[in-house]
Amino acid sequence: MLRYLLSRLMTFLPTFFGVTLISFSFIRLLPGDPIVVMAGERGVSPERYQELVRQFGFDQPIWKQYLDYLGGVIQGDLGQSFVTKKPVWDEFFALFPATLELSICAMVFAVLLGLPAGVIAAVNRGKLFDRALMSSALVGYSMPIFWWALLLIIVFSGWLGWTPVSGRISLMYYFENPTGFMLWDALMSGQKGALGSAIQHLILPTIVLGTIPLAVIARQTRSAMLEVLSEDYIRTARAKGLSPLRINGLHALRNALIPVITVIGLMVGTLLAGAILTETIFSWPGIGKWMVDSIFRRDYPVVQGGLLLIAVMVMIVNLTVDVLYGLINPKIRKR
Amino acid sequence: MALLEIRNLSVDFATSSGQFRAVDSVDVTVDKGDILAIVGESGSGKSVSMLAMMGLLPWTATVTADAMLFDGQDLRALSPRQRRRIIGKDMAMIFQEPISSLNPCFTVGFQIKEALRIHLGLDSRARHRRAVELFEMVGIPAPEERLKAYPHQLSGGMNQRVMIAMAIACNPKLLIADEPTTALDVTIQAQILDLLTGLQRDTGMALILITHDMGVVAETARRVQVQYAGQKVEEQPVIDLFERPHHPYTAALLAALPERATSKHLPTIPGVVPGQFDRPQGCLFSPRCQFADERCRTVAPLPQGPQAGLARCHYPLNLSAEAEA
Repeated sequence: MLRYLLSRLMTFLPTFFGVTLISFSFIRLLPGDPIVVMAGERGVSPERYQELVRQFGFDQPIWKQYLDYLGGVIQGDLGQSFVTKKPVWDEFFALFPATLELSICAMVFAVLLGLPAGVIAAVNRGKLFDRALMSSALVGYSMPIFWWALLLIIVFSGWLGWTPVSGRISLMYYFENPTGFMLWDALMSGQKGALGSAIQHLILPTIVLGTIPLAVIARQTRSAMLEVLSEDYIRTARAKGLSPLRINGLHALRNALIPVITVIGLMVGTLLAGAILTETIFSWPGIGKWMVDSIFRRDYPVVQGGLLLIAVMVMIVNLTVDVLYGLINPKIRKR
Repeated sequence: MALLEIRNLSVDFATSSGQFRAVDSVDVTVDKGDILAIVGESGSGKSVSMLAMMGLLPWTATVTADAMLFDGQDLRALSPRQRRRIIGKDMAMIFQEPISSLNPCFTVGFQIKEALRIHLGLDSRARHRRAVELFEMVGIPAPEERLKAYPHQLSGGMNQRVMIAMAIACNPKLLIADEPTTALDVTIQAQILDLLTGLQRDTGMALILITHDMGVVAETARRVQVQYAGQKVEEQPVIDLFERPHHPYTAALLAALPERATSKHLPTIPGVVPGQFDRPQGCLFSPRCQFADERCRTVAPLPQGPQAGLARCHYPLNLSAEAEA
């Protein structure tokens, strides 16, 4: 197992350097000069401009800039934001809990609804529930996420007034030494209504972010289940006189989970992409919103560092998925 | 009273091109402790009739029967829940492909103990004891370790032993073995057949052996029922059947056995079992039968009397002198 983990970690290295190279070059390909953007409407004098160019190292050849950057990354230094002058590392981890909390909620939402829905659809193949579910999954998958968000805001925040429009918690509440996980902070603070407020703020972003994963998981579960249900060992399970719940929920689902877990792992990348839109719409102070803001500010270190950290997160999730395979499917564990 | 009595069983499948009759008015009777072999080519409805009785067919199948009695209970009248209390306990089944018939995600121990818990309600320790005992009964060496193995870690023959242990776990009154040796090596085939007949003798359960191998029939069965294209075409005790087959199809099957071949080339039956679209009008076997005449091609024969082995034939073969008269 340890050797397997190490060999998997080795394959991370090329990906890791690839991401640094891509993020480094792409942000520089964007038109717009970070110094000009920073200066804003007041402008900047030519002497000051040259000084800043030297200060940020933009006078160096581009390959040297990259090597300098890479050297820093290897030592764990992602640089400082041009705008806030704070280390990228600190900014990321200050904002990451917000994104993580939202992503976990969205994933839990998608898995809790998607798995049973897919199983029920597969067991009742061709019947009304199956058709309804598959049509709505197609709609959910194809729908532009920002439009869906706005629609939900209009109905639930505008017309019904059930949920707040944006933010993570009502302004009434303030926490000492927050962990950044709002549900946890609200619960621990013991302030009356804080947890309720945090949950209320979470509902719509969770639904919006979880919709695409939900649709994908439901569809994948259904098709994996259909395949498994025609297997011989399902007939054996039925011949043993097991209940349908046990057959579908244990014997079939356990086998169907393997492709589903793959999809869930892949969805994590999609989730982070979706978080950028969702966080922007709901003014959710997470890394998605942070990344969008820094792209507009041409804040090179933040964009580079943020992309790299997100890529590392996705790689860690993929590794976790690989380990999970072995736990679910003993055939893979053997190798 | 017979342990199992099925009268006039028919199974229709709804297919995209219309109804297909896979089993056509078949009767099956098995007494306690009996060994019945059901013989026929692929597509003759052997497995389907047994799966229908177990309630294991997909929803596209329609099952009709005049009677379906098992141990005094009418299987047709049972709710799914009541049926689940019988199958896997009093009536068990093993299948053709042992490796794919076991769930790859669970240890064989889990799979065998599952049946013990659900039907017998044994506690964990009693389940383990019984599982070890069952593995010993079916000749699996080192049962304690084998219980922890996954199906892919065992050979085909071992997996079939596991399937058999699982099937006899709750002391069934009837065991249905659906081509249990087809997927196995020849040397293992004999072992598994010996195991099945030995277990049958020791426990006194009834055994239905589904096969297309007349050699297997000769070694194990007491009674034989031959099926063709969904119909039962003949039924006789095994010795009589081998001596005096009455239906031309049975005779042709026996003639195709290597050990009974008289010429250099093994005789074969020309053609294939009729499917959904090429069902003949009269006798279903008439297009392949060397004795068929005009009557066979136009009028479907009804089963003859017991003296002719209930043969579904206008002109049964090998009738004894008194039967001719």
